[in-house]
Amino acid sequence: MSSVPLEHILFVSTALFFIGMYGLFTRRNLITMLMSIELILNSVNINFVAFNKYLWPGKLDGIFFTLFIITIAAAEAAVAIAIIINLYRSHHSIDVEDATEMKY
Amino acid sequence: MNDLFIILKQELVLTVIIFLLLTLKIGKERSNMAWLNLVNVLLAINFLGGFFFPQTGVLFSGMYHTSDLIILEKNILNLGTLIISMQSYNWLKDHKHVVEFYILLLSTLLGMFFMISAGNLLMLYLGLELSTIPLAAIANFDLEKRKSSEAAMKLIISSAFSSGMLLFGISLVYGTTGAISFEGIAAAVNGQPLQIFAFILLLAGFGFKISAVPFHLWTADVYEGAPVAVTSYLSVISKGAILFVLVPVLYTVFKPLAGNWYNMLFLLSVVTIIIGNLFAIRQDNFKRFLAFSSIAQVGFILVGITGSSQAGSSSVVYFVLIYIFSNLAAFGVVSFVSATTGRERISDYRGFHKTNPVLAWVLAIGLFSLAGVPPTAGFFGKFFLLLAGAGKGNYVLVTIAALNMIISLYYYLRIVKAIFMDANEQPIEPLTVPAFPKLALYICIAGIVFTGFVTYVHEYIQSLGTAF
Repeated sequence: MSSVPLEHILFVSTALFFIGMYGLFTRRNLITMLMSIELILNSVNINFVAFNKYLWPGKLDGIFFTLFIITIAAAEAAVAIAIIINLYRSHHSIDVEDATEMKY
Repeated sequence: MNDLFIILKQELVLTVIIFLLLTLKIGKERSNMAWLNLVNVLLAINFLGGFFFPQTGVLFSGMYHTSDLIILEKNILNLGTLIISMQSYNWLKDHKHVVEFYILLLSTLLGMFFMISAGNLLMLYLGLELSTIPLAAIANFDLEKRKSSEAAMKLIISSAFSSGMLLFGISLVYGTTGAISFEGIAAAVNGQPLQIFAFILLLAGFGFKISAVPFHLWTADVYEGAPVAVTSYLSVISKGAILFVLVPVLYTVFKPLAGNWYNMLFLLSVVTIIIGNLFAIRQDNFKRFLAFSSIAQVGFILVGITGSSQAGSSSVVYFVLIYIFSNLAAFGVVSFVSATTGRERISDYRGFHKTNPVLAWVLAIGLFSLAGVPPTAGFFGKFFLLLAGAGKGNYVLVTIAALNMIISLYYYLRIVKAIFMDANEQPIEPLTVPAFPKLALYICIAGIVFTGFVTYVHEYIQSLGTAF
């Protein structure tokens, strides 16, 4: 069985990172923006696992980091959704364009 | 085993306070006054306890470490939290969720402690997240105000994005060095292009948190919308904690890239000072104004960091101590006026001296210290920062910073003029200050007046500075 080269995996993770960034900058729906942030965090996870398996297989640093990132991403999403619900109560919308009371 | 408890002392005390509040909350009903008295006493004990049994050491195979400097930094943060807690008395005494506010606030402080003590990028990341996620929740604590939820939304989205960038940087650092511990990275960094790219992502992540200029856009909105207690916490404590951790990360972990990050910091500090100053001139909301002034102050701190010497790191700690006093003196008055009258515009403060002479003087001294006018401590703080920045011989940077101090004098004095000289049809009515905020303001004024003249403070901090 021939294994996938590291470069291909890194290409996927980098693409995922920038897709997430693009989504964050172009989408105006807060839930979609939250999904874009999850994409960014998952690209980091892929990076860590790939580096751990291909380059530094001796220790499990990368795998552990991934576990912590997954946990914290869940906590972050929970708080973010709570905030979005509160925003929806006051603004009756989860579009960021509607939440522009403060501007320069 | 005993060492573990003494080395982790400050974190453990905070954890005990958090759980104590949680269990007491489950128990019988208490009035808000009783809660606030209890919490302020607990925080005062927490602050004073930080000075006893100092013990340095390394725990959890290098994950966690303390030194005398780190203990001092934690004490500084404790002091700032105590002052903010006393100042927010007026806002919290009618609030429905006092205990929840303190639990979240102290969780963020705990996260900052772990972040400062981190000896490993994993620990750094965990501390950073523990210190930002609850902060977004308390930015929303004026639950029924539209602006507050908007501010919290902006804070959580931008901090999640910035920690995403930070993590991508960390993953590339891990890929190129094979280590996540600080010593391992410092030994393996050799300046290959991928490492520089990773470092830029990392610095961008940090730049978001300290609101250096290309990454500052969330700052003003969040500061304006969040409750004033949270705003002052964001601008003083969380910014200070991240600066405390940024210095060792730059000075020890990425020391081999010093030539690269010196140029990056040079650029960042110049842009930060200039943009912060220019936008501060045109603000009319007091909180927004203080947001931009704090951006400009971060620019000055970055000038000190570029010095990359022991003087650089000690001047940053010294300045953050003074910045806590002077910014909280200004924020204390603004927070009190905003909580009692709801007025936050700078034009509301015209004729403030006629009706509230004591508060007016406190605000004026705080602003003088922020501007860096000589008898106050702010002057000494800025002086040592610029001196550290000049240590590298880059006089262009120091000249730009010094010129910007003059520009900043304009907008700080504009407010002092409004307070003392301008007439107003409807000035803010005379206010009586309760005991806790009054005590907090006195502590701030004492700090501003004495920190500069008592040379022992600076000498002590200098003797602890991180060697480069």
